[in-house]
Amino acid sequence: MSITVLKRTKAMTVNPLKVSAPVGATLAFLGLNRSMPLMHGSQGCTAFAKVMFVRHFREPIPLQTTAMDQVSTVMGGQESIVEALATIFTKNKPKLIGLMTTGLTETQGTDIAQALGEFREKHPEFADRQVVAVNTPDFSGGFESGFATAVEGMIRTLVPPLEAGVTQPGRRQRQINLLAGASLTPGDIEALKEMFDALEMRAIVLPDISDSLDGHLTASDFTPHTIGGTPLSEITLMGDSIATLVIGDSLNSAADLLHEKTGVPDYRFSHLLGLDAVDRFVDLLSKLAERPVPPRIERQRAQLQDAMVDCHFMIGLAPVAIAAEPDQLLAMTELLQGMGAEIVAAVTPERGPALEKLPLVEVKLGDLEDLEMMAKQGGAHLLVGNSHVSQSAERLQLPLLHCGFPQYDRLGGYQRSWIGYRGTRQALFDIANLLLQHPHSEIEPYRSRYSQKRD
Amino acid sequence: MQQKDIAVLLDEPACAHNTKAKSGCARPKPGSTAGGCAFDGAQIALLPIADVAHIVHGTIACAGSSWDNRGTRSSGSTLFRIGMTTDLTEQDVIMGRGEKRLLHSIKQAIDSYQPKAVFVYNTCVPALIGDDVEAVCKAATEKWGIPVVPVDGAGFYGSKNLGNRIAGEAMFKYVVGTREPVPVASELLSEGKRIHDINLIGEYNIAGELWHVLPLLDELGLRVLCTLSGDARFHEVQTMHCSEANMMVCSKAMVNVARKLQEKYGTPWFEGSFYGVRDVSQALRDFARLLKDEDLTQRTERLIVREEARIDQFLEPWRQRLRGKRVLLFTGGVKSWSVISALQDLGLDVVATGTNKSTEEDKQRIRELMGDKTKMLDEGSPRALLDTVREYQVDVLIAGGRNMYTALKARIPFLDINQEREFGYAGYAGMVELARQLALTLESPVWPAVRRKSPWEHAS
Repeated sequence: MSITVLKRTKAMTVNPLKVSAPVGATLAFLGLNRSMPLMHGSQGCTAFAKVMFVRHFREPIPLQTTAMDQVSTVMGGQESIVEALATIFTKNKPKLIGLMTTGLTETQGTDIAQALGEFREKHPEFADRQVVAVNTPDFSGGFESGFATAVEGMIRTLVPPLEAGVTQPGRRQRQINLLAGASLTPGDIEALKEMFDALEMRAIVLPDISDSLDGHLTASDFTPHTIGGTPLSEITLMGDSIATLVIGDSLNSAADLLHEKTGVPDYRFSHLLGLDAVDRFVDLLSKLAERPVPPRIERQRAQLQDAMVDCHFMIGLAPVAIAAEPDQLLAMTELLQGMGAEIVAAVTPERGPALEKLPLVEVKLGDLEDLEMMAKQGGAHLLVGNSHVSQSAERLQLPLLHCGFPQYDRLGGYQRSWIGYRGTRQALFDIANLLLQHPHSEIEPYRSRYSQKRD
Repeated sequence: MQQKDIAVLLDEPACAHNTKAKSGCARPKPGSTAGGCAFDGAQIALLPIADVAHIVHGTIACAGSSWDNRGTRSSGSTLFRIGMTTDLTEQDVIMGRGEKRLLHSIKQAIDSYQPKAVFVYNTCVPALIGDDVEAVCKAATEKWGIPVVPVDGAGFYGSKNLGNRIAGEAMFKYVVGTREPVPVASELLSEGKRIHDINLIGEYNIAGELWHVLPLLDELGLRVLCTLSGDARFHEVQTMHCSEANMMVCSKAMVNVARKLQEKYGTPWFEGSFYGVRDVSQALRDFARLLKDEDLTQRTERLIVREEARIDQFLEPWRQRLRGKRVLLFTGGVKSWSVISALQDLGLDVVATGTNKSTEEDKQRIRELMGDKTKMLDEGSPRALLDTVREYQVDVLIAGGRNMYTALKARIPFLDINQEREFGYAGYAGMVELARQLALTLESPVWPAVRRKSPWEHAS
């Protein structure tokens, strides 16, 4: 049964779910060590994005802009790029700049490759610094695809090809690559690293937001670029790994490129939520690592099974409405359906390969007004989505399970781990608790007309 | 309470257990006993009376472990949910200050919460050290002008079942008959149908399920003077003597109240259940029969025809999903037969049922309902339950919350049928909820998932 993707049918988007592609790309660049994301656009593009990141992570966020003005917009913005790159490398001394286009500069027609060439010619003193330039027009794609585009750009620019002869697949027997998709939180990646540790594997995580955006106090009082994240030196070694694990269908073409460039075999997972997905992941990891599954992980598996049984009374047959990026939508849908819940509304902001795998009749490319309407029609008992969905939840008087980006009306959303046996277990408890606190099948109090009661 | 008083309560002529050696009120066997004490039984029987301050006189063990633990609901006052206890200390016990503390506690409850009445539940320690709870209650009533009722059901007096009876006895002795009912409003009287006063005894309004039934009674002109004790008020209990017919709902717990109402006031009573389409209809018919009102009988029959047809429509899709599923029903006494008919109404196949609390009469009814092929389980140990599940290829276990995690650990679908449950199954409408909950657990995808071995286990 193939899914019907319901396209946008109304002129106006109301209460947008979509977050623009450069924002997604920015998050990816924030996962590299000593990096500075740079948006090529008017300064508002950057300012808005920065505010959203600061509110979500509650951290200072390094993010710069080429600050396009009237003159550069009309006369050509390439000069602005050259100037911005030189200024940032001089002043902030990052090792890498992630350069992203925006709606303005894509419409205007900036050629970032040419601009980059111009920069290299003009500023040989920065030859040892890296620039990853990607096209992320606001009018195409969204958060998840923007993130994926940036990861692809990193691989294209930073990973040496097999032909260069510096890497050899499997040369480092205990080393594994992890391509981490946009739906993974810093907490998720931390959990994955623990799993790698338990199986005595060393992972190169690309990008590693768990090392840069996990929210920790540092020794130095201010750093103008990212602290933590994947070191560039590690990225050059990815070709030596025994395998690449890919989390998120949105990273398909990035994974294709990595495989093509390095020859390292890859294994792909749509998500790591729920018993089945984690079983397959752990099994694979144990085989690759040539280590038995540690008792600790076995125990966590049994704990998840117990939680599934306990929670099925609340989650079973519960109608749920989800608004999420494609990868996350697929993950939440499979998790909830696996518990017997019914997905009565699935809304997603953009297309993505994960949509084709959704075990649903239809998915709506739409906004939160669509979600609200569909949730109401479907008689949803629970909403799943980012902080923007809070408003809808209030109007519908329904509980909301916060997931995705941005989450600004509560703390710690970024550190929450959803994946693995443990993360899944906590997710199930939270879903069941939300449903318990908002009972639906409660019988309405009835007062007999003959009753002697007077209270 | 004196031994002879307890003996009188244990000798309940209206209880079919009475003649049997194996009685629910028999002495518990040390080391092999499940279930609550007399205090537990007394408290749960009366706690749903919503506008009463329920004070537990004892150490913290009694109230601390039991308050706020029931699924009963109220349509108004929520005073009953406030946990109150004298929380006796070592000094209180040594110095004999328990009575004083109780008196002050009663005053505090009256001052803070303005209850319509105060119930004082006696427990083991004050019973043992000889606190005169009855005298304190009497003094408090005189002093503050509010009924203060002693419920003397210390844990060591006996089982939970005995506690239920002690509670009923306390109501009968101190409360019933102390007030006349509020007259029915004249505009309701002028509608032409005769209005009859009735009581429901042993109905606890679990999850509000009584509210599925009340609209039917309203339509028939049956005024519920009092439900003992779901969603009840103190002044309703006071008027119970004025009813024309009483129903013992689905439990023998307070059968002494029904019997005594008959003895003292001549009120006829019957035993029935609101679980299952057939049983709801039967209960309505029994009221009409006891009330000897020809017009009521006809209206009852018309209502039954209409409601059964209506609910049938809603149940049909569920029946398709549930038909032929095999059930092990493990629950006490009367419920074993009353729930069977509800399950059969849904097309389920009850292959075994627990009978450890059932009387011969109950067992006879079970045989009538299910034939001889059904396994009757006299033992309720987890092992015995699970063995039966395997042997009879049971699809779902229906039992009290205590057995829930036994089933779940064994990866068996489960439905909770006891008081702690969150869903109401009574009345015609309750059947839809029952069906839904059964389908929810039976069809849940978690069962195959948790029975599956891990991939690495599979390989080895």
